[in-house]
Amino acid sequence: MAQLLIKGGRVIDPAQGVDRKADVLIANGRIAAVGPGGTGVAPVGHRQDTYAIVDAAGLIVAPGLIDMHVHFREPGNEAEETIASGAAAAVAGGFTAVAVMPNTDPAVDNEPAVAFQVAQGERAGLCRVLPVGAVSVGRKGERLAEMGQMVRAGAVGFSDDGDPVRGPRLMRTALQYAAMLGKPILAHCEDKDLAGKGVMHAGLWATKLGLGGIPSAAEEVMVARDLILAEATGGKLHVTHVSTRGSVRLIRDAKKRGVPVTADVAIHHLVLTDEAVAGYDPNLKMNPPLRSAEDAEALRAALADGTIDCLVSDHAPHAAEEKDVEFALAPFGIIGLETTLPLVVTKLIEPGLLTWPQAIAALTCNPARVLGIEAGTLAVGRPADLTLIDPTAEWTIDAAKFRSKARNCPFHGWAVRGRAAATIVGGAIKFRA
Amino acid sequence: MKWTQKHLLGLEDYSTEELTHVLDEADGFRKIATRNDGPRDDLRGKVVVNLFFEPSTRTRTSFELAERRLGATVLNFDAGVSSTTKGETLRDTARNIAAMGIDAVVMRHGGSGAPGLLARCIEASIVNAGDGQHEHPTQGLLDILTIRQKLGRIQGLKVAIVGDIAHSRVARSNLVGLLKLGAEVWFVGPPTLVPKAFAKLGAKVSHDLDAVLPEMDVVNMLRVQTERLDDQPFPSVREYSRLFGLDAERLGRAKPGLVVMHPGPINRGVEMAPDVADGPRSAILEQVTNGVAVRMAVLSLVTSVR
Repeated sequence: MAQLLIKGGRVIDPAQGVDRKADVLIANGRIAAVGPGGTGVAPVGHRQDTYAIVDAAGLIVAPGLIDMHVHFREPGNEAEETIASGAAAAVAGGFTAVAVMPNTDPAVDNEPAVAFQVAQGERAGLCRVLPVGAVSVGRKGERLAEMGQMVRAGAVGFSDDGDPVRGPRLMRTALQYAAMLGKPILAHCEDKDLAGKGVMHAGLWATKLGLGGIPSAAEEVMVARDLILAEATGGKLHVTHVSTRGSVRLIRDAKKRGVPVTADVAIHHLVLTDEAVAGYDPNLKMNPPLRSAEDAEALRAALADGTIDCLVSDHAPHAAEEKDVEFALAPFGIIGLETTLPLVVTKLIEPGLLTWPQAIAALTCNPARVLGIEAGTLAVGRPADLTLIDPTAEWTIDAAKFRSKARNCPFHGWAVRGRAAATIVGGAIKFRA
Repeated sequence: MKWTQKHLLGLEDYSTEELTHVLDEADGFRKIATRNDGPRDDLRGKVVVNLFFEPSTRTRTSFELAERRLGATVLNFDAGVSSTTKGETLRDTARNIAAMGIDAVVMRHGGSGAPGLLARCIEASIVNAGDGQHEHPTQGLLDILTIRQKLGRIQGLKVAIVGDIAHSRVARSNLVGLLKLGAEVWFVGPPTLVPKAFAKLGAKVSHDLDAVLPEMDVVNMLRVQTERLDDQPFPSVREYSRLFGLDAERLGRAKPGLVVMHPGPINRGVEMAPDVADGPRSAILEQVTNGVAVRMAVLSLVTSVR
């Protein structure tokens, strides 16, 4: 295994409270040493001529970023995105690990399917691919899926995402059963009855544009339900893609009471609002939908104060011909692996809404903690997953250059600052800008 | 000791001394429990009614043989061809039969607490052969007798009961009896079948059989009760078996002297692999033999109280 010395960067490792100039030595795929601060001198005790040097001057050296909510379309819809193309998009975006949702066709609801995804991830040899198993067989919300066996094959959690777990009894059983395995249920909270045929947020803009609305209540009633079930069972609930200020308030109150809940927010809910839907571009259509400015503000504040633990892309590839239809008919979802980091820098860090350590925590140690994986920190002995970030690079997002197979992205043409300069997984450089 | 218990509704009603006395009496009956050399006189002249509202192989046969070998007159009440099918209540059924002059009723019923109802409305001794999910006291006693016979004591032993604890009257009776006699009881299974509440009743609760098994002196595997489940406590029988089934490999990591038990009937290949059920550490058939002895002891004791 190559030895690497990451030299002269600003190491930000929130898990260990580190934010200082330091060198990082990688050997045999693991963190060998994190050097003393400030001077750029190599860690004591390691001969300088036995490794390659990566010049990290001016860069931020973070633990490898983790996106705990992405959709790769394999097995079943490889034309849209494969695990390999998705992994390529991930490392280009600075991510060393992704948790992939099971709403493929066939659904990932059994041990061999999980094993297949793990194998495909290893074959791609880029970022770590961590399968999230389905809660219910076929994601139909009727029978509990074989969680124990999926965990043996490598599943890190369970979700019926794309859809909610409609029945409270099944959700309660799932929370209890998954708790036995030490794994979280990643809950897509959406009451389908209330959501109805809505295609965007039920607010002023839906009224203006004449499009069916999905009320905030559709998310909030299920957040409330799942918080109650989590409290009653002691199960590990993680609410994914929180989008409303009402949900934020419920989660904040529950955390104060000691309910075992965590949450994530998708980057687009922090930087866009329902106003963006004017123009009817289906690349602004996703579920949950872009909400009001007040909601976006509450979500940003929640991320800053820790009510929301993690930041995700909810990367959802769709073929051009699928998205390029009337707004009401287009499928929900936009991609995001290659745009999340620059948007975090440009729209959250630079305006002072989030500090660098907060942002990195939301993308490293926090998702690692939720998923119960050994990652998200630069501790000596851990696998050498790192993301080198250039915080000042100015560029324009160009969807044509994406490694993803998909192009359904509303950020094309945006002028941004910040990008991944290098993505290192297990001590090997998987992406270099 | 002077025996004063007219009924056996549940082990929760018996003191430690009374439990020990029943076990000692049962020990005495073990030698003759399976012998067919003519009925004794212990229950001669006494009428015992077997009132079974639920299916049973072991318990029913075991009680009947115990009664006959002790010389009792036995009446078998078949609920399916009785007037309960016409809507006659349990209370009326019991009082009508009791009006014909009976000494004891052995009842198995799907409703927890039903034997207590009987005890309040008729004069006969009531022996609970299993009421709903509440208790199965003679099963508890025969399980404990088997352990005592194999390992010489109950005090200080670690006993694991594995499976659908939530719906199991066998688990509850075992818990009560074993705790009174000084054993440490572990309930093992998925959280959907082994809720935390049992810890408040004195059991230790675990959802990881592999972690617990190496420490145990006795493991009592319960059948996964598919006929009673409307919830889905586990995704599939296959997964249940992998996580909580007892096979030769798991047995290899247990103490060499581990006693393996099962109240029966066994789902072969689900909670227990066939080679374990039929193997050298299995005490399953001894449990059955002890069952007749225990029931002989119980019947002679409760009917001695007037």
